[in-house]
Amino acid sequence: MKNPFDSLDKILEHRLRLQIVSVLVANDSYDFNALKELLETTDGNLATHLKALEREKYISINKSFVERKPNTRYKITERGRTAFKKHLEAMEELIKQQKR
Amino acid sequence: MSQNEAYQKDIESIRQLMERSVKFLSLSGLSGILAGLYALAGAGAAYFLVHFPLFPTSYRQESLQADDVILKLLGIAILVLVVSLITGYVLADRKAKKQGVQVWNATSKRLVVNLAIPLVTGALFILVLLWHGHYGVAAPACLVFYGLALLNASANLFDEIRYLGYSEIVLGLICALLPGYGLFFWAAGFGVLHILYGTLMYKKYDR
Repeated sequence: MKNPFDSLDKILEHRLRLQIVSVLVANDSYDFNALKELLETTDGNLATHLKALEREKYISINKSFVERKPNTRYKITERGRTAFKKHLEAMEELIKQQKR
Repeated sequence: MSQNEAYQKDIESIRQLMERSVKFLSLSGLSGILAGLYALAGAGAAYFLVHFPLFPTSYRQESLQADDVILKLLGIAILVLVVSLITGYVLADRKAKKQGVQVWNATSKRLVVNLAIPLVTGALFILVLLWHGHYGVAAPACLVFYGLALLNASANLFDEIRYLGYSEIVLGLICALLPGYGLFFWAAGFGVLHILYGTLMYKKYDR
């Protein structure tokens, strides 16, 4: 049988990245400041992990201007949604196995 | 085993985060109860304006005609709406502070937009109805559009709100069949239902 540890997503094993992806799965899109407020993190920390997720093409970025201020919105991609689902299933599988 | 607990913690935090990022959890049940009481007070004032000396539950045969009465009724309805909105905002702000979150965040902004679209549509539509003298269907239209607005925003609110929305729509449709009971249904929909659901939510989420 396949080891569920192998199914864990290496990118999403980081807590904050997993949290970012879960917010984006639940919402159409979310902007940088709202994410920062919700996740109670710093600009730099959030930006680093958003970049990592973008590099993996788990999220997409849409930059625009709202009232002349730059506004960056993030969206989950299909690839990101699938990865999130698989990661959750792997975590659940691990919990189940250890209970036995 | 500790690894196992870490996964369970992760899953739990994800679940909370997903809910918190979609739902506006600072809405106070108390504001529903108060809005219901304002609506009943407004309906009481309207009763003495147009219905008296008929018994409150009796069917009105003749339709309203006088423009000044219509304006007064409109004034009462708008006053009830404005005072309810202010109450809702103040209580939500208080609850948000207690929860340590901002009342004006991405979720509440989305909520306002989702509520506003059917509500503004309804308000304009009702003004057109009044303009054309279709006074009898104004009260049911209030209920139906309000119910649709709640339904539209229910994804961003507690689950009970969806059922409040269904109830308002059903009440509005029945009311449309019985225009002479307009005031009675208006009081039931905006007064009694708000108090009922407000109490339910207060018991479940505010304590």
